[in-house]
Amino acid sequence: MLSIRKGMKKVDTIIAALPILLKGLQVTLYIFVIAIILGFVIGLLVAMLRLAPIKILNWIAKMYVDAIRGTPFIVQLFFIYFGINSLHIVSLNNTTAGIITVAINAGAYFAEIIRAGIQSIDKGQTEAARSIGFTGAQTMRYVVLPQAFRRMLPTITNQSIISLKDTSLLSVIGIADLTQQGQIQASATFEAFKVWLAVGIIYFIIIYLLTLLANFVEKRIELR
Amino acid sequence: MSIISVKNLRKSFGNIEVLKEINAEVQEKEVICVIGPSGSGKSTFLRCLNRLEEISGGEVVINGHNITDPKININKVRQEVGMVFQQFNLFPHKTVLENITLGPIKIFTIDKAEAEKTALELLVKVGLKEKANSYPGELSGGQKQRVAIARALAMNPKIMLFDEPTSALDPEMVGDVLEVMKQLAKEGMTMVVVTHEMGFAREVGDRVIFLDGGYIVEENEPNQLFGNPQNERTKAFLSKVL
Ligand SMILES: Nc1ncnc2c1ncn2[C@@H]1O[C@H](COP(=O)(O)OP(=O)(O)OP(=O)(O)O)[C@@H](O)[C@H]1O
Ligand SMILES: [Mg+2]
Repeated sequence: MLSIRKGMKKVDTIIAALPILLKGLQVTLYIFVIAIILGFVIGLLVAMLRLAPIKILNWIAKMYVDAIRGTPFIVQLFFIYFGINSLHIVSLNNTTAGIITVAINAGAYFAEIIRAGIQSIDKGQTEAARSIGFTGAQTMRYVVLPQAFRRMLPTITNQSIISLKDTSLLSVIGIADLTQQGQIQASATFEAFKVWLAVGIIYFIIIYLLTLLANFVEKRIELR
Repeated sequence: MSIISVKNLRKSFGNIEVLKEINAEVQEKEVICVIGPSGSGKSTFLRCLNRLEEISGGEVVINGHNITDPKININKVRQEVGMVFQQFNLFPHKTVLENITLGPIKIFTIDKAEAEKTALELLVKVGLKEKANSYPGELSGGQKQRVAIARALAMNPKIMLFDEPTSALDPEMVGDVLEVMKQLAKEGMTMVVVTHEMGFAREVGDRVIFLDGGYIVEENEPNQLFGNPQNERTKAFLSKVL
């Protein structure tokens, strides 16, 4: 009797914590969605620079990609939040700094994925498009990118999942994301095991849904 | 005035000079067949005519446009020059109809309905009307190549370039494609055709150019060139392929 009541009480603490965790999830998703879109745009631009017939642009793009790939995410985050802010030229709040870091980080990886995707498309496709009279930009837009995107989708999904998980590191600069709310709840309730289990399950569900979405898009494309 | 005029055309890849001083004139409605051994520069020559290869030297004038002039808008000139490739190069993510209408819709910005109407007429012409909504992956090689011809024709070009259009096809598919090309020639299209199909060259060609070692070694009307070749290298080549 006593132990059941005790168990009920423990479940209650999770149920009581849940709305707060979901608030954290909202912040996580908000940051993720904005950052991933920005990151994709950055990736697209950097991939173009990487493939442009101008050496200096290739070089700049490669420097950026190498710098991101060669440093830990958390160092990038500290550099942007503490480092840039310490110059007193701009003042970034933690959410903005978090979004920028995730976007710039994902952008570098996306750039490599997109570059490889573009290069995997047969040269004959470009030649056919150019022979019709398309400009280089039109050829990219109508012929190369749509095909490259299909091939890239699984890797893009993978990188998006990694970026979503990276957002949990933003809690160290005080962003009230899912992980941060988990920390607060865990110490407030003394139920670390259950709170962190719940947080893990929430991340898992979101990533699972993301995977389902990607599979759905992939299937739709394959039908063609 | 010639519709294609090539003067002292040279083309190098790095240190290797592939075309060494090509001079050629093509008149409107002429069908020129280009033959020669593998690696002799036939494709390179053809690709210089729409500047898919950058030209190293000399002058190429296409329908009055000097395409060796760096200031020319090459995209505009290419609209007047259709090209058909050995490997078809259809856009696999687009239906047959979309393959044909993409250029007219995006480049001429005509509306979709009108572009589709023209595309369907072209498909009737190449005998593939029922494939309008198929994807290239669902077609045989011969069907793909006929779609590729229709795609090029959709831009209403003045000149058509063919680079071994039947070389990647199973023998039983070759006839259909050649038939479409013959029809096109009959309608008065100016054509430059790189080919191994000596029968086609003989029957349809107005002139045959024999290319070897980066030079035009011999050039004549087909009966003369095939029946009475003058140059030793032409003779040697023909004895191998005929
Ligand atoms: N992009 C390139 N870079 C370097 N060399 C090239 C390139 N394209 C062609 N070549 C070389 O130029 C020469 C002529 O090639 P080309 O493709 O024009 O020959 P071809 O007459 O069309 O031969 P085939 O009958 O085999 O198609 C070959 O020696 C080839 O290796
Ligand atoms: Mg060739």
